[in-house]
Amino acid sequence: MGTDSIVAETATRVFRDRCDPQAIVAARNDGWMAGAWSQIEGAGLSLAWVPDDLGGAGAEIADGFAVLRETGRFAVALPVAETLLAGWLLARAGISSPTGAMACGPAREGDRLTVAKDGTLSGRLRGIAFARGAGHLAVLAEREGGGLAVALLSAEGLRIGDETGPAGDPLNTIALDRVWPLAVKDTDIDAEALLLMGAAVRAMQMAGALEAILDIGVRYANERVAFGKPIAKFQAVQHNLARLAGETATALAAAGSAADAIAGGADQDALFLEIAAAKIRVGEAAGEGAAIAHQVLGAIGFTREHILHRFTQRLWAWRDDFGSESQWAVKLGSQVAANGADALWPMLAAR
Amino acid sequence: METELTFDPVRLPLECQRLRADVRAFLAEEMAAGTFTPHIGGIDGAYSREFSRKVGARGWIGMTWPKKYGGQERSFLERYVVTEEFRVANAPVRLHFIADRQSGPVLLKYGSDRVKADVLPRICRGEVCFAIGMSEPNSGSDLFAASTKATKTDGGWLVNGTKVWTSNAHNADYLIGLFRTSAPTKENRRHGLTQFLVDMRTPGIAVNPIIQMTGHHDFNEVVFQDAFMPDDHVIGEVDGAWKQATSELAYERSGPERFLETYYVLTELVRVLGAKLDTRGAEGIGRLVAQVHALRRMSVSVAGMLHAGKEPVVEAAIVKDVGTIWEQELPARARDLAAFVEEQAGNRVAFEEVMAFATQAAPKLTIQGGTTEILRGIIARGLGLR
Repeated sequence: MGTDSIVAETATRVFRDRCDPQAIVAARNDGWMAGAWSQIEGAGLSLAWVPDDLGGAGAEIADGFAVLRETGRFAVALPVAETLLAGWLLARAGISSPTGAMACGPAREGDRLTVAKDGTLSGRLRGIAFARGAGHLAVLAEREGGGLAVALLSAEGLRIGDETGPAGDPLNTIALDRVWPLAVKDTDIDAEALLLMGAAVRAMQMAGALEAILDIGVRYANERVAFGKPIAKFQAVQHNLARLAGETATALAAAGSAADAIAGGADQDALFLEIAAAKIRVGEAAGEGAAIAHQVLGAIGFTREHILHRFTQRLWAWRDDFGSESQWAVKLGSQVAANGADALWPMLAAR
Repeated sequence: METELTFDPVRLPLECQRLRADVRAFLAEEMAAGTFTPHIGGIDGAYSREFSRKVGARGWIGMTWPKKYGGQERSFLERYVVTEEFRVANAPVRLHFIADRQSGPVLLKYGSDRVKADVLPRICRGEVCFAIGMSEPNSGSDLFAASTKATKTDGGWLVNGTKVWTSNAHNADYLIGLFRTSAPTKENRRHGLTQFLVDMRTPGIAVNPIIQMTGHHDFNEVVFQDAFMPDDHVIGEVDGAWKQATSELAYERSGPERFLETYYVLTELVRVLGAKLDTRGAEGIGRLVAQVHALRRMSVSVAGMLHAGKEPVVEAAIVKDVGTIWEQELPARARDLAAFVEEQAGNRVAFEEVMAFATQAAPKLTIQGGTTEILRGIIARGLGLR
């Protein structure tokens, strides 16, 4: 996954100018958000995966993932990834994307919505990131009597909880009871395909956030003096940071490979292996990596005033979206067992 | 980011997939013929003259080297495929693998013309076995503390001293030795060492076995007493071996053998747990498969970057660090996951056999070819911490 595309450069510039974690921590209120969002939207970043004729920027799949890596590197506390994914989902049913922030679901294993014969939607969604504050929702639902549909809903009037995730970002339960959508159309994708795409999105964001905390850890170790020298000179600290580099590297390779598989139009079996493996391994790296970064930074890393928590809290939260490590591992392990021991290596080597 | 790590999502090109099919067909034939037993071939019959000759005849040793030295001028990515398929099948490659991976490339780059013309074609035919003479009783990870001496004499050098932990020296035809030709200087403690091609038939060389705790004989002590090395057996620059060590290391550290050495345990674990897993078994297998997939994607990425002429030194060290830790932990995790397997599981005996070996082999995986501690030091240097 190269970061050398124009889209990625734009994302880096906009996020650095408008979402810099240090500036946000210093600001102590949410006043920065509106301006930042309009810049992001104006640059076409939030609708990168929506074709021109459906109101989007019509960028490549790889470009969208490059934006997502940057959202992780800056711990962007705005629904960029969520709107990107919602736009992708709407496009899969040929529905135009509205302007403004969107949320997307289902995002939890087992959650399902139904479309009744009269066209209304019912059901319950858990763990929908940034639902509160979004203008619209893009959802996948089962049609009563068979088939799958994508629906665009206005957030206005919906029963959206006011929960937040560990980083303070909205992470909401939504109860739908015979809600009329703005649009509903048949689609060729299923719940698993949405979970996979969402998992690949979160994996890439986590990889970006791991890059950032490695950077923060290395800088801090070189600046912080204890026992008469920078703590970077202590072998125990060096080895902790080397382990963090290992986790970060593994996350980058796994998330980058999954994104590349999607961009390259890999077949269903290959996508399942690539994305399930990425979500599992990157989720593990997120847990390990956050723990190491906090150990290196000591007490200061545990405060509101330091930026580290903006990354680690999101790493913890992103692990749970669109299937956790354990959930994907049970699915992947069951499939490997069903295919038999001798099919495992050929499956791995085909990627 | 100040600490940029790069892992391009490299895919193996089409010619690699064709080659893979050929290699698998060859391995299947050899297993059927009884040349080696699947999954334990690399354990007991690891050193096989017959097998290495057959591999050589296929053109799969030294396959990236120039044709004039017996090579095939194929790509590094094609070699990657051959290496990983052999490793996964646990094929008996001990005779030729070290020569193929590192001794041959060192000779190719720094050897004299006569030595190259004489030795490289024989490596390619799978006829000669190499050992690596680096460690000494007082010099292990700290390579530059080596004290085995090579003293200039008429037409060559006289070597005196002892190398230790020398894998496969008792089978080796040649050894690439690191000997002290001058004292280190104040400015550069790495100065003063020279690499030599050692013909193991040279008078004055004694190989004494050191039996490993598994009961296997792999390690040796190699004692040199006035052993004569002709001048054209000097490899590269006299006193300048330290300049020659670095470029090959990325290849050596990031290959598939750095995370697949105990892979046969995973195969047998999946088999012993069977098609219908409980949640615990499924999660365990799922995580292990995710981890080995991620490692392979990292390793292929580094191979692709090397192939493209880049120098991913830190990335390569990371592959070996993360990869060897994984292959080392694998037997213990398989043991946990298989704790409740039923008595009559089909491959129970095979599983117990590989576990018995892998459990004892595991400790060496984070020692050989650069310890975890050394690798983390290299990574830390790459991160700008040292």
